[in-house]
This record gives sequence, structure tokens and C-alpha cells, in this order.
Amino acid sequence: MDGTISDRVASLDRVALDWLMPMHLALSATGHITSAGSTLVKMLPGQRLIGRGIFDVFDLRRPGGVTTAEGLMARAGQRLLLHPKGCPDDGLRGVAMPMADGQGLLINLSFGIGVIDAVRRHALTEADFAATDLTVELLYLVEAKTAVMEELKGLNLRLQGAKIAAEEQALTDPLTGLRNRRAADLQLDLLFAGRRAFSVMQMDLDFFKAVNDSLGHAAGDHVLRAVARVLREQTRAEDCVARIGGDEFLIIFPGLSDPALLRQIANRIIGQISRPIGFEGQDCRVSASIGMGLSTQYVSPQSHRMLHDLDAALYAAKRAGREQAMMVDTSVQGAQGK
Amino acid sequence: MHGLINRAVQCFLRDMYGPDLWLRVVQDAGLPFDSFEPMLRYDTSLTDGVIASAARILNRPREALLEDLGHYLVSHHNLEALRRLLRFGGVSFGDFLNSLEDLPGRGRLAVPDLNLPDLVLQDRGDQIYALSCRFALPGVGHVMLGLLRAMADDYGALVLLDHDGMVAGVEVISIHLADSSHTPGRRFDLAAPVG
Repeated sequence: MDGTISDRVASLDRVALDWLMPMHLALSATGHITSAGSTLVKMLPGQRLIGRGIFDVFDLRRPGGVTTAEGLMARAGQRLLLHPKGCPDDGLRGVAMPMADGQGLLINLSFGIGVIDAVRRHALTEADFAATDLTVELLYLVEAKTAVMEELKGLNLRLQGAKIAAEEQALTDPLTGLRNRRAADLQLDLLFAGRRAFSVMQMDLDFFKAVNDSLGHAAGDHVLRAVARVLREQTRAEDCVARIGGDEFLIIFPGLSDPALLRQIANRIIGQISRPIGFEGQDCRVSASIGMGLSTQYVSPQSHRMLHDLDAALYAAKRAGREQAMMVDTSVQGAQGK
Repeated sequence: MHGLINRAVQCFLRDMYGPDLWLRVVQDAGLPFDSFEPMLRYDTSLTDGVIASAARILNRPREALLEDLGHYLVSHHNLEALRRLLRFGGVSFGDFLNSLEDLPGRGRLAVPDLNLPDLVLQDRGDQIYALSCRFALPGVGHVMLGLLRAMADDYGALVLLDHDGMVAGVEVISIHLADSSHTPGRRFDLAAPVG
């Protein structure tokens, strides 16, 4: 041992020792407990510590293989890890040093990182810690950090909410509440990049200009909102319904690969839109022409090709007398047949 | 001025006088937003403006309003976390007084850019103390007065407090700790309540 220990600078009575080290254990040369700090006593209620062997009360986890007082003595100065028997959750760290004149060992213990739980479990108070112990500051810091994290979480939630609202706004047609062209383009990019089948309708209103010209823009806006309602009713939540121009709409059906079903939906939409729409006591009459196609009509679907074909199909529907839906014709030039 | 402080003023006005009063203050003070973010920083003139507007609208002296703010910080259930952080200052009100000089350091431990008032405690003997407060916000002594009053209640101490005015930018509060355990006070467990 080095000089400072054998110099015998300190000799303390029990109360003074407990005040300085409320988690100490003093052991006799045989390893029996001769003094235990008040915080340790509080941790192990109902247990008589004085007179019992250290290894009867504690498991020494580290260093391993130490089972005798001599073994502990030989590890003086090393970091110890002890668990009170019956309190496996309380890992105590400590260090043992021999006392003068072969009077045994003095072990000072402290809570490790589990201190927060230990304070709760054993209802410890400031009086249970030495005046020099920083545990209370640690507890303060944990609570302060928790409070700050809560504030940051609040800030993040508010920012997230603002971001979602801004994104929603950037993808929405303000007049009808439908998606806008940007949203439709994003959706198409995703679908063309993926492998899932999908269908697309491009729809133009017939006679919309006449409504606008004869009844005014307010009537026109009313018609557009009524059409939007029809489209929402006739589609599923996962479908993308977008107004991409004045009276032009694009409807994207992810997962839809049945041409008969697509035609059925188109006919239903046209049927609904062709009903008179009342506006300030007047009936507005419009109908709709649709060009439609399925990704399965193409060997490798490409956005510009399909949109071009949809346009051609829509034009064909208009030319054939309006108020009808025309499937993309893969036999005409432009379409790329299977 | 740190957002946490501005936010505290905002929550005080909102919790004590209602959200409508807060919106009137926002308008009157000409704030370019309707809510302070606790983790951002703001020009001190905004804080001054909010307090001046609130005092005007509520027709209350600025000093009285600031004292209520200090009391609110400790006693309102929405700020239980802050009360707990303050109670970590000591086991008794006397301990707490002696920990006040550490307050800015404790604040920075939690939020590195948080500026809190500089506090110096003078022990004049016979349980009489003088607390000097210096801060970018004039009237901070009145906030401290309200805060100390509420903390004394919290500890169960009987305390006489006086604001002795401002000299050279320093506000001085005289404190007479008449009885440190006048009532049992409010409970404080080291372990934070779960949940």
C-alpha cells in the first residue's frame, strides 16, 4: 500500500463517518460488517447489516471470483460493482481500502447510472446524500432536460403542422379542393416509377364555356365545384382527382387494371355530370368527354407517351359527339401496343 | 431575450387573463406573430413592449404585473416543472436563498443560451438578507419578489419582502426570514412524479 493510507490521517467516530459517507461499509478483517451508512440501511429495510458477512448481503459482480475478505483486500483501490441480494436492480459502484493497523476494510459506495430509479424506489431525499454528492444536481439536470425536450417536441410538432399545411396548400386546387397539376404529376411520377398497374382518365367538360359566357364566372365556379363533388363521390380515397386546367381534370386510379371497370366508372361520372346543375334558380348544363387508358396497355409505360395517347383519346371522344369516354387505342400511331 | 422567458410572459397573460387578452396584447404591442416560440431568441424590446401593452390594457401598474408574473411562475399548475427545478435549490427556504446566486448557472446547465438575472445575496445577519438583481429587463426585481413570495409559501416559510428600488441598474430586495417552518409547505420528492 502507498504512504497515505498508513499515515493514519483520519480516525472518525461513527456519526462523522456516516455524515461524510452515508453509503459506506466498514468490514472487519474477516469480512463482517462493522458499520453501514444510513442510506444503505434505508435501501435494505428490515435487514440487520452489522455482524453479517459482506458476501451474505451483497453479490460482488466485479471483479469476478472474489469470495473472501482477503480477496477483497487484494483488490483494494479497484472499482467494485455490488448488488444487494434481493435488490438485483440496485447496482452499486464502490471502492474498498484497508484501514490502518489491520482493522479491516472501508468500502465507499455510490449509485451508478441507476441513481434516478434508486431515488424513486427507496424514496431517497437530499439528506440521504453526502453534501459533496452531485446526485441532486444530476436529478435537477434530468428534469431540466426533460422539460427542454418537451418544449422542443412542441416546437417540432408546430413546425410539422405548418409544413403539412403548406404542402397540402401547394398540392391543392383552391377553387375545388381537388389536387392540382403538380400533385397529379407527382402521383404519376410515383406510379410510372413503380410496378403497380394503374389507370388514368383525362376529362374535359363539354359546353363549360357556354355556361361561363351566359351565366357568368360565378356560375362557372359553381359548376366546377359540383363536378369536383361528383368526381370525389365516384372515386376511392386512394385515387388522385386533380383539376389541371380551367375545365380539365385528371383522375388517376392506382391498382385499377380492369378496362371494363374503368369504362363503368367513366360512364357513371359522365352520367352524373350531365345532370343539370342548379345555380341561383337557373340550370347549368354541361357534360363531359373522357380519354382513358391503362398502364397495362403498354409494355413499358412512359409518362409522356401515355399522356399523349390520353389526349388523343379525349380528342376522339369530343370529335365523336362529346358526352362519352374513349379508351386509348393502341393500334393508332402514338400508342405502343403490347 | 430568450424565448423561454417571452413564452413565460405569454403563458402568464394567457392563463391568468385568457386567450383574448393575449391576442389584444399581440395587436397592441405590434408583434409580428401571435405566439413566442420557447426555443428561439427575440429582441428584448418585444418583451418590454408586451409587458407595457399588458399593463396598459389591464390598467395595472407594471410593477404589480411583474410581481404577479413571478408568483405565477412558481404557483401555477401548468409550470409545475419549473417549481420543481427551483425546489432543487435546497431543502429549506434558507438553503434556497443561498442557492439563488447559482440560478444563472443552473439555467445554463439546462439551456446553454438562457440568460437569467444576475443575483447576489448578502447575508446581513439576524435572518435578514439583501438580494441584488440585475437583468436586461427593468423591473426584474418585482418578478423576483413575486417568485420569492411564492417559493416561501412552497417551503412553508414566513418571510417579509420589500423592493428597495433600483440603484445604478441594480434592484435590491430586502428579505426577512421570520420563520423557516411556519407551515408544512408543499411536498417535494426528489424523484419526479411518474407520468
